[in-house]
Amino acid sequence: MPLNQDFVGRRFVSPVPFQVGREHIRQFARAVGDDNPLHHDVEAAKAAGYPDLVAPPTFLVTATPGALGLPTDDPALGLDYTLIVHGEQRFTLRRPVVAGDELIATSTLTSIRTAGRNEVLVTTYQYETTSGEEVAVGTCTLVSRGTAPSRDVPAGEGTR
Amino acid sequence: MSLRSGDLTVGECHTRLLTQDLTRTQLVMYAGASGDFNPLHTDDVYAREAAGYPGVFAHGMLTMGLTARALTDWVGDGRLTRYGVRFRSQVWPGDTLSTRLTVTAVRDESGQSVVDLDVVTVNGAGDEVLRGYATARVD
Repeated sequence: MPLNQDFVGRRFVSPVPFQVGREHIRQFARAVGDDNPLHHDVEAAKAAGYPDLVAPPTFLVTATPGALGLPTDDPALGLDYTLIVHGEQRFTLRRPVVAGDELIATSTLTSIRTAGRNEVLVTTYQYETTSGEEVAVGTCTLVSRGTAPSRDVPAGEGTR
Repeated sequence: MSLRSGDLTVGECHTRLLTQDLTRTQLVMYAGASGDFNPLHTDDVYAREAAGYPGVFAHGMLTMGLTARALTDWVGDGRLTRYGVRFRSQVWPGDTLSTRLTVTAVRDESGQSVVDLDVVTVNGAGDEVLRGYATARVD
């Protein structure tokens, strides 16, 4: 079934500031196999000039509200997890995220377009601190396999 | 450690091994750390029976995260300004992944020297699983 185009243009904002924690940075760094001391050792991070532990670049996804910035649990959108493939992901980073940052992420579903039998969803992200400093922006492209609106001829025709 | 623009040559490559024999445990760790609990990545029965895949496969963002380490290890900490990828094919438990970074440009951007890189991650069979770009500040 096609996705609900009424969702295009909607924005989803972190309901509460996302508090970047040391243990979360360590856990994420371990999950991506990154043993760089800046992600694990506060003294090493401070010695390198950072106020606290530094998050790996893609840590930003954890601060994105919902699943990849989409209200996947809202049945009205019509997103079927089993049909979704992650197509592209882009980040532009103004500065590294560090422990202690309080981030507000805004995601906007900018388009749902048809590509053959699939639909392509583009979501843009903006990450700011609670004091309004832009930390990063991003774009996510998801492919919903086989959900494009059918081009069937009107009912009653084409079936003979 | 940081790179110096004068030491970089367009076309030079750096290759790095990211993981050998990617484990399902790593997929579960990534689900927990990232908060992305799409069952396609953690529930083998769901992946096979509900979605028709041979089994669970890695989050695209896990591959992007693993690849980021190759980048930050080479360009230095806090230097990355742009990083974008296209997921080309799935990454499965047991896969070996390595990343090749190729310098595509060394240029000036608003008074700051930067390096542009092509980023390609391949599996053990040599198939591209991720292709993208990155830009980093250099001295």
